[in-house]
Amino acid sequence: MFRKVILSTALAAAATLAVAPAAYAGKADDTLVWSTTREVAVADPYYNNTRELVIMGNTVWDGLLFRNLKTGEFEPLLATSYKWVDNTTIDFDLRTDVVFHDGSKFGPEDVVYTVNFVSNADNGVLTQANVKFLKSAEKTGPNSVRILLKEPFPAALAYFAQAVFMMPEGHYDSAPAGPDGKKDYAAVKAVGTGPYKIVNVVAGDRVEMVRNDAYFKNGPKGTAAIGKLTFRTIKEMNTQIAEMLTGGVDWIWDVPKDQAEKLGGMGNVTVTNAKTMRISYIAFDVDGDSGDAHFKDKRVREAVAHAINRKSIVENLVGPASVVIDSACHPDQFGCTQDVPKWNYDPAKSKALLKEAGLADGFTTDIYAYRQREFTEAVIGDLANVGIKANLKFMQYRALRDLVWKGVTPLHHMTWGSNSIPDVSASTGHFFSGGHDDPAKDPTVAKLMKEGDTSVDPAVRKAKYKEALSRISGELYWLPMFTYAKYYAYTSDLDFVPTSDEIPRFYTAKWK
Amino acid sequence: MLIYALKRLSIALLVAITVSLITFSMIYLSGDPAIALAGETATQQDIENIRKVYGYDQPIIVQYLSWLGHALQGNLGHSHYLKSEVSDVIFERLPVTMTLGACSLGFALVLSIPLGVLAAMRPNTLVDRFALTVAVIGQALPSFWFALIMIFFFGVALRWLPITGSASWTNFIMPSIALGYYVTPAVMRLTRAGMIEVLSSDYIRTARAKGLRPMVVLFKHALRNAIIPVVSLAAVQFGFMLGGSIVIETIFAINGLGQLAWESILRADLPMMQAIVLVLSCFYIVLTFLADLLNAFLDPRIRVS
Repeated sequence: MFRKVILSTALAAAATLAVAPAAYAGKADDTLVWSTTREVAVADPYYNNTRELVIMGNTVWDGLLFRNLKTGEFEPLLATSYKWVDNTTIDFDLRTDVVFHDGSKFGPEDVVYTVNFVSNADNGVLTQANVKFLKSAEKTGPNSVRILLKEPFPAALAYFAQAVFMMPEGHYDSAPAGPDGKKDYAAVKAVGTGPYKIVNVVAGDRVEMVRNDAYFKNGPKGTAAIGKLTFRTIKEMNTQIAEMLTGGVDWIWDVPKDQAEKLGGMGNVTVTNAKTMRISYIAFDVDGDSGDAHFKDKRVREAVAHAINRKSIVENLVGPASVVIDSACHPDQFGCTQDVPKWNYDPAKSKALLKEAGLADGFTTDIYAYRQREFTEAVIGDLANVGIKANLKFMQYRALRDLVWKGVTPLHHMTWGSNSIPDVSASTGHFFSGGHDDPAKDPTVAKLMKEGDTSVDPAVRKAKYKEALSRISGELYWLPMFTYAKYYAYTSDLDFVPTSDEIPRFYTAKWK
Repeated sequence: MLIYALKRLSIALLVAITVSLITFSMIYLSGDPAIALAGETATQQDIENIRKVYGYDQPIIVQYLSWLGHALQGNLGHSHYLKSEVSDVIFERLPVTMTLGACSLGFALVLSIPLGVLAAMRPNTLVDRFALTVAVIGQALPSFWFALIMIFFFGVALRWLPITGSASWTNFIMPSIALGYYVTPAVMRLTRAGMIEVLSSDYIRTARAKGLRPMVVLFKHALRNAIIPVVSLAAVQFGFMLGGSIVIETIFAINGLGQLAWESILRADLPMMQAIVLVLSCFYIVLTFLADLLNAFLDPRIRVS
């Protein structure tokens, strides 16, 4: 084994040092290089749950539907029409002019295969949240299918537009088996129907895509203008910026506010702050399971809510596209009303409430967080001003979620991206249905959410959600904080419009 | 000698396996791997399903022994995140890290040994102070900061060197300097101290008295003896560079083993992490062993003892 390592190392090192391919990027090469800090190893939207694969999912694959961001309506994409037969059945008519990247023709068999494959939990799809509502699919005609849901789920349309992508029939059959005999479905070569096709994946380094010139005409995604797309992993933000400045990379995001402002002053970089579907919230240990019983007292929760200057955090740390939220969901999601009890910044009132609760000298607690440490530090500063000393426990997400589920966190400052699904069921529905993420397990809220999540009458859904959201905010199970906003920086040669759902549509971008 | 070498290798392998077990336990205890794999929007039910499908529902010791059993048969397992054979991924990324480590060590030795010799030849002079200043800066300068300064100077301002990747030899210049400079002080100081000691010894005085040319005395008689501890140190530093190149690989977006190790910890890719620890430990052991052999070659007294 050691000999093999030495040999392979020597050969590869020699090759590495001898070959010097140029790094192409930019308008002159018709190659849009976009970079993020995360690596992509698996180019399959069902076996990779990173934001990068959500973006590539929408770039390389198509769903049956398409969400029109201007109207918020769901339009046919691979389908030509759809119809709810009943609460758990949807019929789709399909396009006949679509081919996969491997040249095979798209048809109802592909839809049936995809739905039946991903809905089978034994196949280990990582994006379970996106497919678990699916029961099965069946062919109903030469160009039509019927999809059955496990239970009434009106948000299904959003998933058919943004998360349930179509694979060719038998796509995963060629998956190699691992040493344990289990099939490795993610090892199958990427094949979609989307505006771009993947031609090369170097795990952890890059994914190269080229325009799909056989893409069907007159679809809602349009025709891609840029010839080649390359995704590159550059983990260090300063290095990303350096590459941006030297033309090695054309598009980056998640640029910190101060650096974005400096970049914006340079002539060859366009900087934009755009909203995302991610929200920030603080959850209270309402039951006192953590051993810290302070937050069982609603007056203490109110004191925390009045102590935190959310507007200041939004303005000074997050960016202009961010807004303060009062409701436990994103304002762009269906059913997310902000007409709920509000808790304004009022430190004097906060101190008075603490005094009323018998905590005039304040108290000490722990606050847990995993993302944007500076946001949580701002919260800690505000709490200190009213006498609450919050010790920061900053950790990896997987470790923190474990602790949250074990109920050992008195306060946790978290975020939620809803997989960019524009429906309250993807946010409030997740947190307040009585599961491990539910801080209060209030049966009234859970019942309301269930009714809202499963009704197919939009008016009923809105009414139920409003009632639930009002109770969540009124009882302060959560303190909803703000929506996230991202700074994008891209070459001024690029005509690019950021969207509000954190899914950049590179297929609509073009060179100026 | 052979029995001694085999004994050392056996003990070293046991150490590697122990380190691997500790690493495995610590990663596991620091959070649920199924949560990392499932992503943040997964529910508890989703995670339980993933735990079952990917084998994380087995007791930790069963998982470890299963991995160890396969590893002893030459099968390092299957990465749950990368969806590839662990050995394939490691063999794919190791050359990049080895290249970076070798270039960095080369830079460090080329800079530090002559500086150490010069400083020893002229102790407490301007040359000596210059060498010590280089060493002090190397010790004080955080490698990530030095790397970023180089990026903005040579990459952005002057545009002489590529900033990221490992496509050509020019990509390795800045990372090698950043990584190599970090180990320069130790090697330089050891060379200087060794040379000062050797140059004041009787046999050097005798060599000079015999009328040998100064360069012959310096390089043939003095440096050969002074370099012995440097060889051991260089081997240790090379092992350190292989394991510790995480920061430099991250900054320069070099797709090597250091970056892979870091990512594997973050996403709790246990089979991958286990294999990396084992491979790097084995390298470390082999390097130390080779350094011992080289020392025995350089110093006959070691062979005799």
